[in-house]
Amino acid sequence: MAGAGGRAPLGLRRWLSSPAPAPRVCVVGSGPAGFYTAQHILKHHGGALVDIYEKLPVPFGLVRFGVAPDHPEVKNVINTFTQTARSERCAYYGNVTVGRDVTVPELQQAYHAVVLSYGAEDNRVLGIPGENLPGVYTARAFVGWYNGLPENRDLKPDLSCETALILGHGNVALDIARILLSPLQLLRKTDITDSSLAALACSKVKRVWLVGRRGPLQVAFTIKELREMINLPGARPVLDPADFTGLESAVRDAPRPRKRLTELMIKTALEKPVEMQAAAAAGAAAPREWGLKFQRSPQEVLPSADGRRARGIRMALTCLEGSGDSAKAVPTGAVEELECGLVLSSIGYRSLPLDPAVPFDSQHGVIPNSSGRVQGVPGLYCSGWVKRGPTGVIITTMNDSFDTAQSVLEDLQGGVLDTSPPREGFGLVESILRSRGVRPVSFSDWEKIDAAEVARGKAAGKPREKIVDPVEMLQIIGH
Amino acid sequence: MAHSILGLLRPLRRGLNGSKIRLIFLCGVTEQHHSPAKCWSERGFSSTQGFQDGPEESSSKDQVTVHFINRDGERLTTTAKEGESLLEVVVNHNLAIDGFGACEGTLACSTCHLIFDKDTFQKLDAISDEELDMLDLAYGLTDTSRLGCQVCVKKWMDGLTVRVPMDVSDMRKQLEVGKQSKQ
Repeated sequence: MAGAGGRAPLGLRRWLSSPAPAPRVCVVGSGPAGFYTAQHILKHHGGALVDIYEKLPVPFGLVRFGVAPDHPEVKNVINTFTQTARSERCAYYGNVTVGRDVTVPELQQAYHAVVLSYGAEDNRVLGIPGENLPGVYTARAFVGWYNGLPENRDLKPDLSCETALILGHGNVALDIARILLSPLQLLRKTDITDSSLAALACSKVKRVWLVGRRGPLQVAFTIKELREMINLPGARPVLDPADFTGLESAVRDAPRPRKRLTELMIKTALEKPVEMQAAAAAGAAAPREWGLKFQRSPQEVLPSADGRRARGIRMALTCLEGSGDSAKAVPTGAVEELECGLVLSSIGYRSLPLDPAVPFDSQHGVIPNSSGRVQGVPGLYCSGWVKRGPTGVIITTMNDSFDTAQSVLEDLQGGVLDTSPPREGFGLVESILRSRGVRPVSFSDWEKIDAAEVARGKAAGKPREKIVDPVEMLQIIGH
Repeated sequence: MAHSILGLLRPLRRGLNGSKIRLIFLCGVTEQHHSPAKCWSERGFSSTQGFQDGPEESSSKDQVTVHFINRDGERLTTTAKEGESLLEVVVNHNLAIDGFGACEGTLACSTCHLIFDKDTFQKLDAISDEELDMLDLAYGLTDTSRLGCQVCVKKWMDGLTVRVPMDVSDMRKQLEVGKQSKQ
């Protein structure tokens, strides 16, 4: 660190002259939760050393593999994460699967504190017949596919039908609808993978329904994403005014976000876009279209005559019991069938238990914790989706991660974490990994992969062409 | 007080700010559809200008004094240049506000949320739907909230005080282990 001489800040001088060894903290997972937790600890503890472990060779989790390719602005957070990773007190170790290559108890031996920020790597399942038919995909796999997530690179979704149906009313559902209906020239300039772009170029999908079990007042997407969808060039929103009857007065006293979101839906439902009317009058071909369907609960994905793929879906109509966020959808007994060759279930992500040594609440899919302190395991912490469940936007995870980091800082200062016995940190983990034949990827290794991706993208006018095969990533860095 | 922590993190922060500024500039030029703050295009904001002039320079008549009250309740006083966005002021002056401006001024997050007093708020330029959309996701939203990336410093703002909202994690007692010299 610079300035260890006369101008060293007081905090640093104390640390340098202090007999206590530097606290060593490790973070499991390099998505936003991991990086924001690391950032806060490094910033507010002048001496702590933080190591970040990641299963994949490449960092940034859902910022790289979840955020839609046409949302490059959100990915700007990577610049701050990169500065954190380049800090002299921070190290990144990719290509290390915690729970397999190294266990959590082993990490606890090596570090004074272990923070689990590994996110939600699974999805909730529909649990209905036909769910496994070809033509049915999880939103998670579809997003992973167009974003170059290695495990989904061979998904090859069948886009040969005209109507797609997305189950779910969250931002992921809107992301998928937007990617399916976006003009190709918009996607071409993004970091969407080349193979996904080629598949979308041949897509026959021109109509996307987003279906939810509950009503307009329960949608989980946010207004920015909705407005973006409404303004999407070449795609017409189809909202049934009847779905919104009486809602204007219902949201009059609602909190501002719900009120504005609902008002935007109402306005869109009642508005007849002038250009569409003109196009219809001129007999032009129907544009792409999308719409929201409410109070429909999926019952079965219907197979084609030969039983080899999805041809439609049967849904139970529902009515709502209660109101607001806690309203429950109850089947009315009526059903409806809808033809669609592509079904995407976007009903939420789900965290998985990582290690038998870590308590896990399978019902809620989270690690039981209090302000990020894992219940019953001193020195173990969690942040992000595995802490509070898979919801929220970047600021939610940032605040949540700062909260966990604050707990770590308090425990370091309050003596809850005993830092007097020095811990070896990566030194110990390295020998464990070597004995198991695991070779970690450093942050400068990642920067080589990054440079290769950017170079490949340049020729095509894209910010990068993601490498989707981990073996190829490792080849680039000579592993 | 906040000085020690800035010193500790100088290497980290310097690089960080460098990349931020560069990105803000690029986005301002290339991502027109994402509504970068109007001040940049108006003023021909340049990535290097802020550094060359240095935050300490006080001779220019463009200088406007701005106070930020951060989440710890600390008052951070700085001199801003007319035409800078309040996000740029925070970034250019390394002000100690955690997590400020995560999306780097591209209207894709609400981390540069600032609260104004009522009179000042009413004098600010009109607010766009896109800014309101992002504000809807902000923590501690008030009737006088704006995003710092969308508010440009004007001459009449001299002496302005803006507040960073408290969020859930800040309700807890702030402890700064490395910040030993805090008085």
